[in-house]
Amino acid sequence: MEHGAFGDQSNATFSLTEEDHTLANAVRFTLNQDPRVTFCGYSIPHPSDARVNIRVQTTGDPAREVLKDSCQELMLMCRHVRSTFAKAVDDFRTSEKVQAMKIDSKE
Amino acid sequence: MAEREETEKKKEAESFSIWDLPDVPQKLPPHIEFQRTRVQCNLDAPIHTENVMYSGAYASMGVDNSLQLDHFCNNFRVEVIRLTKDDMEFDLIGIDAAIANAFRRILIAELPTMAIEKVLIANNTSVIQDEVLAHRLGLIPIIVDPRLFEYMSENDTSNEKNTIVFKLHVLCERGGPRLTVKTNELKWLPNGSELPLETKPDSNPSSKPRTYTSFSSSQDLLPEFSNNPIRPMLDITIARLGPGQEIELEAHAVKGIGKTHAKWSPVATAWYRMLPEIVLLEDVEDEDAEKLVKTCPVNVFDIEDIGSGKKRATVAQPRACTLCRECLRCGEEWEKRVSIRRVKDHFICKYVMLIIN
Repeated sequence: MEHGAFGDQSNATFSLTEEDHTLANAVRFTLNQDPRVTFCGYSIPHPSDARVNIRVQTTGDPAREVLKDSCQELMLMCRHVRSTFAKAVDDFRTSEKVQAMKIDSKE
Repeated sequence: MAEREETEKKKEAESFSIWDLPDVPQKLPPHIEFQRTRVQCNLDAPIHTENVMYSGAYASMGVDNSLQLDHFCNNFRVEVIRLTKDDMEFDLIGIDAAIANAFRRILIAELPTMAIEKVLIANNTSVIQDEVLAHRLGLIPIIVDPRLFEYMSENDTSNEKNTIVFKLHVLCERGGPRLTVKTNELKWLPNGSELPLETKPDSNPSSKPRTYTSFSSSQDLLPEFSNNPIRPMLDITIARLGPGQEIELEAHAVKGIGKTHAKWSPVATAWYRMLPEIVLLEDVEDEDAEKLVKTCPVNVFDIEDIGSGKKRATVAQPRACTLCRECLRCGEEWEKRVSIRRVKDHFICKYVMLIIN
């Protein structure tokens, strides 16, 4: 849900349900790094309600597009983290096997 | 001719940029770079703890602080330090705290596992109350890949795709010793529940009685389970029975996430910390060096001999530093000699898992 002045597309508050700090802090981090953003922040109106308000103010671009772009970047970052992690675990496992084999062959 | 000279001069003026001069720094000056990437832990409190994320933060110096995705992809590394059956320790280098924390929160609360949800108790004459027994059964980890199962909502019937059924029937003989009931006694029923539902007397007597679950095929026909029966984690005590006491029950396990109830969380604990960096600002020699090595409870410092009988302190294991600040407390001048810092984008993550993933 987007609450904001309908005349000015560059400032808006987005209210996301069923979300908490997990997504909101990560999205706020990527939003902050975007050069089109002048202000961004998130708040949780009540901890028992699973609802997050994300406020975005930009230098002219519609806030909705900027939020979408940041979510996209976050997705790409997470995808990269996942592939790097999988590769690191595989490398570790093969290097362990190689070490175990080396110890066996020495004996 | 004059016009051409003028246009040439104009082009020169446009292409000339102040940033091309040889002595103008392209990056941030070192003390600001230090503030941006390190948390300085002083004796009373840490400083520079905030993450400077705003894209225009260093605009006056001409340095762009915005997020470059390719810069992130090039610099990000993962190094696995330890990976055993129960826990894992690895380093995430080049990532921000917001994302590392998001991973930790997701690992605790939003990864699905299977856990016992419904317990149908036929007979319980032990001293453990029904609900306490059911609670304990719910917390037992079940070693199975949750991706092979689907979620079950309230309207669904239990079938072989969303439920695992276990049976427990233990009796302690009269005249025998007390019996400890462990999870080894939980038997997997691949064909579904054996407890019959109460049916009306006029239903067809020759048909199979309806049970609490409707499995259309046996679970051990699936290739994953044919040689590898589903079992809970072994050697966990469920209850203790005295002579003559009996427990007979059936437990149904379903898929869920940690947010609903902690029994569905796949990790026992998940934490991360920033990489410590210890720097000796001055040379610490002889007696001071020995004093420094003795004060640190985790042996971060070590002594090396530099010849002619002199000793010097070096930092041997900065990773072990627990930020107890004992090395700063020895005396007043120690704050100037030892600098304890944390690297803001290097996280040591440690996850203790309950199930082998």
